[in-house]
Amino acid sequence: MDDKASVNRPASSRRLRTLRESHVNLSHGSGGKAMRDLIEDVFVAAFDNPQLAAMEDQAVFPFAELALHGDRLAFTTDTFVVDPLFFPGGDIGTLAVAGTVNDLAMSGARPLYLSCAMVLEEGLSIEVLRRVVASMQRTAQLAGVTIVTGDTKVVERGAADKLFINTAGVGVVPAGVSISAGNARVGDAVLINGTLGDHGTAILIARNQLGVSCDVASDCQPLGGLVAAMLAACPDIHCLRDATRGGVATVLNEFAESSNVAIRIDEDALPLREEVRGACEILGLDPLYLANEGKLIAIVPGEHASAVLAAMHAHPAGKDAAIIGEVCAAPAGTVVLSTGFGGQRIVDMLVGEQLPRIC
Amino acid sequence: MKYVDEFRDPGKAQALSREIHALVATIERAKRQPLQIMEVCGGHTHSIFRYGIGQFLPDEIEFVHGPGCPVCVLPMGRVDDCVALAERPEVIFTTFGDAMRVPGSKKSLLKAKADGADVRMVYSPLDALALARQNPEREVIFFGLGFETTMPSTAMTVLQADAENVRNFSLFCNHITIIPTIKAILDEPDLRLDGFLGPGHVSMVIGSAAYDFIARDYGKPITIAGFEPLDVLQSVWMVVKQIAEGRAEVENQYGRVVPRDGNKVALAAVAEVFELREFFEWRGLGSIEHSGVRVRQRYAAFDAERKFSLPNLKIADPQACQCGEVLKGLLKPQQCRIFGTACTPRTPLGALMVSTEGACAAFYNYGRIDTSGLSASKVTKEDQHGR
Repeated sequence: MDDKASVNRPASSRRLRTLRESHVNLSHGSGGKAMRDLIEDVFVAAFDNPQLAAMEDQAVFPFAELALHGDRLAFTTDTFVVDPLFFPGGDIGTLAVAGTVNDLAMSGARPLYLSCAMVLEEGLSIEVLRRVVASMQRTAQLAGVTIVTGDTKVVERGAADKLFINTAGVGVVPAGVSISAGNARVGDAVLINGTLGDHGTAILIARNQLGVSCDVASDCQPLGGLVAAMLAACPDIHCLRDATRGGVATVLNEFAESSNVAIRIDEDALPLREEVRGACEILGLDPLYLANEGKLIAIVPGEHASAVLAAMHAHPAGKDAAIIGEVCAAPAGTVVLSTGFGGQRIVDMLVGEQLPRIC
Repeated sequence: MKYVDEFRDPGKAQALSREIHALVATIERAKRQPLQIMEVCGGHTHSIFRYGIGQFLPDEIEFVHGPGCPVCVLPMGRVDDCVALAERPEVIFTTFGDAMRVPGSKKSLLKAKADGADVRMVYSPLDALALARQNPEREVIFFGLGFETTMPSTAMTVLQADAENVRNFSLFCNHITIIPTIKAILDEPDLRLDGFLGPGHVSMVIGSAAYDFIARDYGKPITIAGFEPLDVLQSVWMVVKQIAEGRAEVENQYGRVVPRDGNKVALAAVAEVFELREFFEWRGLGSIEHSGVRVRQRYAAFDAERKFSLPNLKIADPQACQCGEVLKGLLKPQQCRIFGTACTPRTPLGALMVSTEGACAAFYNYGRIDTSGLSASKVTKEDQHGR
C-alpha cells in the first residue's frame, strides 16, 4: 500500500519544502525564500498538478485540448471576502472555487481551469490557510477543474480582514449552446434547482449577532455537472444564472429586463426550508433577496420544462428542483409574485442592502 | 409554518373578501364616495402592499396610509443631529437598520458610515449597552426611535445602564407618541376619514382603552389590528361592519397580543425614564404638541442631547415633497408630483419613500401594478400627475 501511494505522488512533491512558521508574516509575501516555502508547502502540495508544480509564471494549454469540449472559450473572475471564513456548509475556499465554476457553467461552459490569488493578512494562522486551501482542492475535484496558476500577497495586520481570495476561470462552451439573459420568450418555464436563501441565512446566523440559532447550512456547491445534465436534456436552454448576491429576485429582474418580458412566479412553488422561512419571519427579511451559492435559475422552453426538471431531479445538486413560474408578455420588464395568500405584487430589484426593520 | 400559515389562508381570505363586498353594498354613502380607512401603523402599510390586500377589497374602500412609520416621520434636522453625533471621533453611534438610509440635509447615516464615522446597526438597545461595556474608552450612543412599541426597551436599557453605572452610554431620544398625532389628524379641517385600523404593537404597550376618545369624541370606528394578512382583512371587515351598523366603537381584533389596559411594567419603565416634550417636529406633518418624549432630568447622564451640543437646526422638507398630503390621505402615493421620478427608493426625497414601511416605498416596491389581469404596465404618467 505504501509503495503504491508513493508511486502516485507527483514528482514535484519530492522537493517540497516545509514551512516552520505557524502564522503568516510579511516575509511570506516578500518574493524570497519564505514565500517560496509557503507556496510549495501549502498551495502546490494541496492543488497537486504538474502545471502548478512547474512553478512558471503562467499555465499553458494547447488549443486542441480545449477544442475537444466545444468551440468558444468562457472566461470569468470573482473575488471572495466572506466573514466569517468558516460557516456551516462551507468556507471561503469552497466559495472561491464554486463561485467561479458556477459563473463559467452559467454560460453552458464546461469549467476546466482556475487561478487562485490570495491576499493574506499578517498574523493569519497557517493552519487556517491550510484548511481553506484543502477545501478549495476538494471543491475543485468535485467540480472537475484544476487550479493551475496563482499568486500570494501578504499585507500588514489591519490592511485586510484575514484572507481574501480571487479566482479566475476558463471553460469551453459546447457548440450550439447559446445562453443569455436576453433569451427568455413568452411561454418559457422558470426553474430553480433547490431551496432559496440557505447561504444567506447560514452566514447571518454564523455571524452570531442576532441571538438566533438555527440549523441551516450554506448550499455552496459547484453546478457544472448539473448544467451539463440539463443541457443533455435540452440543449436549447434560454437563460441561466446563479442566484448569488441579491438572490433569486435580482436574477429574475435581470432576465425580465434583458428579455423585455414579464416573469410571473408562484410563492407556493418556491422551495424554502422551514428554518430559513422562520429566520426571515423573525428578522423581517425576504428569502427572495437572500444570497445563495449553489442555486441557479433556468429559463427553458415550456415544452421541455418537464424533461429538464427530471434531469435536475436525477442530479444531487438538483434533487429539490422545482418549476416556479412562467414567462409572460406583460407587464414587460417586471417580476410579479402570486402570493400564497392569493394576492399579487411586484418583486423589484433591491435598493442597497436588505436592512432589518425597526419593529 | 405553525402560527404563520393559519393567518395567510387564501380560502379564509376569499370568504372575508365576499363578506366585505356584501357589507359595503349595504352602505349607501359608499356609493357616492369611497369609504376611507386609515391604517395608522407602517407595519400595516407594509402588509397591505406585500400581500396585495387591496385586491381583496371592493373599489368603495380606500386605505389612507397613516403616520405610523417612525423612520418616515423623522425630520431632516434630527438626522443631521445623528450625523453630527456619529462623526465625533470618540463615538460609536448605534441604530436600528432601517434608519440608516434616511436622508439628512447633507447625508444619511449610511453615507456618514462610508465617510468614516463608526455607525453600527443593532437589533436592540441592549446590544448598544453591551458595546458600551466592551468599549469603555468610547462613547456609545443609541439612536432611540419609534413609538410606544420600542420606547419600553429603550427605557429598560437606560435603567439597566443606570443600575450598572455604565457612564459611556447615552441615548439620542427621538421617541414619539401616537395618541397626540392621531388627535392632530382628526382635528384637520379637510380630513374625511370613515374609520381606523389601530396599530397593533403600540397597543400591546398602551392598551386599547387609549383609543376610546376616537369613538367617543370624534364618532369614528376603530379596530386594533394584527399584522398578518388575515388580521388586516378581518379588521377591515370589523370596521366596515361598524360603519354599516352605524356604530363607532373601539374593537380589538388583535386580542391575542393587545390587552385593554396595556403592559403595566412597560408603561412604568417609560414613565420612569421619559417625559413629554412640549412640541416635536414631524416630517410632513409639522410640529405637534406633546407628540415626543425626552429623557427626564434624573437620567440626564444618559441623555446625548444634554451630554453633547447638537446643531439642532430646523430643516424644511424639500419643496416638491407632498408627504404631508399623502400622510393626511389627501393624495395617494402615486399622485405626488415627484413619485417615481425625482423620488424613488434609490433616491428618496420624501420621508415616505425612505423606509419599506413608508406608504410611498411600499407602493413603489409592491404596488405599481395594474391588478386587473396584469395587462397594463407600471404606473402610468396620468396616474402620477392626475390629482
